[in-house]
Amino acid sequence: MKVLSIAVNTFRENLRDKLLYNLLIFALLMIGSSLILMRLTLGEFHRLILDIGLGSINFFGVLIAIFVGIGLVSKEIEKKTIYTIVSKPVARYQFLLGKYLGLSLTLLINTAIMAAGLLAVLSFQDVPIHAVLFKALGMIVLEFMVITAVALLFSTFSSATLSAILTLAIYVIGHLTKDLKAFGQKMEGVGRSVLEGMYYILPNLDRFNLKGNVTHQLDVPAGDLLMIAAYGMAYTAFLLTLASVIFQRRDFR
Amino acid sequence: MDVDGEKVVQIDRLCKIFKVGFWGRKVTAVDGLSLEVHRGEVFGFLGPNGAGKTTTIKMLMGLIYPSGGVASLFGRPVGDPSAKAKVGFLPEAPYFYAYLTSREFLRFYGHLFGFLGASLDKRINELLELVGMTHARDLQLRKFSKGMLQRVGIAQALINDPELVILDEPMSGLDPIGRKEVRDLILRLKESGKTVMFSSHILHDAELLCDRVAMIMKGRLVACGQVSDLINHGTTQEVEMVIDRLSPDGIEEIRPLATKLVLHGEQVMAVLASQRQVDEALDVLRAHKAKLISLIPHKASLEDLFIREAKGVQQATEVHA
Repeated sequence: MKVLSIAVNTFRENLRDKLLYNLLIFALLMIGSSLILMRLTLGEFHRLILDIGLGSINFFGVLIAIFVGIGLVSKEIEKKTIYTIVSKPVARYQFLLGKYLGLSLTLLINTAIMAAGLLAVLSFQDVPIHAVLFKALGMIVLEFMVITAVALLFSTFSSATLSAILTLAIYVIGHLTKDLKAFGQKMEGVGRSVLEGMYYILPNLDRFNLKGNVTHQLDVPAGDLLMIAAYGMAYTAFLLTLASVIFQRRDFR
Repeated sequence: MDVDGEKVVQIDRLCKIFKVGFWGRKVTAVDGLSLEVHRGEVFGFLGPNGAGKTTTIKMLMGLIYPSGGVASLFGRPVGDPSAKAKVGFLPEAPYFYAYLTSREFLRFYGHLFGFLGASLDKRINELLELVGMTHARDLQLRKFSKGMLQRVGIAQALINDPELVILDEPMSGLDPIGRKEVRDLILRLKESGKTVMFSSHILHDAELLCDRVAMIMKGRLVACGQVSDLINHGTTQEVEMVIDRLSPDGIEEIRPLATKLVLHGEQVMAVLASQRQVDEALDVLRAHKAKLISLIPHKASLEDLFIREAKGVQQATEVHA
């Protein structure tokens, strides 16, 4: 109940945030722009629309997750709004969880809107829509959930700006972990262990990327999807637990 | 257990040491503070800016953790949800969710206590009425003035009909009318049987409102008790004496006794520093058959105590250094 009302309040906060609408409008413009770009390419325009569409949804969703996500907690502390919440019979982890769920709901609805935009463009151009597209969209949402948890974790102990930089860094590295491993294997000694350690600790965000499958119409087996989903959820749970532990010990001053 | 004198707030040798800056220099904000607040009283928590008032209150509300000592609310350790459920809290210079309207704002806080539906709406309307904000109930908080924010802040603190209300600097930043309204509100809370603890550096307010006060400086308790006791305790009270038709000889006899002597026509006004000098002056009066017009003790205020204690603390630290 308490978690839910904090989630609803967070969702309402997001809805009244102008940043969100700006990002959403840009995302829809990007998706729409594929209609114009299409005229510049020869053939293969199906792939182009899908590529640009999914890319925009992913990119702007991540921006929302990071820039709204980092404000979730650090803004509450900076503006001291958290004082009145924590002094009520609300446990700190309930506060965090509520904030997280609120932003997740925002992201889910945003993704739905952006996906609707993409589907509109696709059907307008008579591009066949395959089931794998929806699977890819699902995985994109899962990636947002992980990124949001990363942003939340950082914002429990650092400032908004630092959290944004760190989360962005994790996002970029998270898509390059395979390279980290490959690079590590060419090294020896400490360097190798460090890079391999990073490979296992950092989120492997490329796992959530099914864009290639969509553009090449390669279906993903249910077992694989389940594995990826389990990975995403476990990683999110780990991040949220860690965030709660840090947040519980923190002094608000 | 609703007996008189029940301890609602208990603080025992509470300490807070902050680490500041890059090197983690230690700064003691609260230093072995002990005090109690009893049920039904208005308790003033006084001290200059930076004395550790807000830090203490934050420890009571579970916002920061003590470095040492213990604090409890209703006999339970701070942070216990069942104790928090009986407390209302208004932070210093409150900031609230600017994107909410007063009603949404109060509804949100009601939900945090698990209140729902029509009874919550009724409570919200009552509270908005109580703090005089009914006209602004559908206005977003971003459009509020400081005084209006303070009022919805107080409404927020009362949403759960708390037994104990803790207000951190409720009067600061308000105009005289706003301050009077907050004072009246505190008195109304006391009438309805609530315990009120508020911090302030405005001593006049405390003097008018409080049953008991505690004064802290540099994190340490320097005085605690009833306002009247504190003011009279250890102060040499000056007395102003006005005498009529005192002979020139009498005037010369009184002159060494008085710290200040003013001649005004037939009348003499003498300021006397202690009871002994008053007695001696009265003897002079009788001997010279003069007439006593008035004898007025100069009432010391909390402010005098405050300044005296502040000087004491400053001297002590200088000696220490």
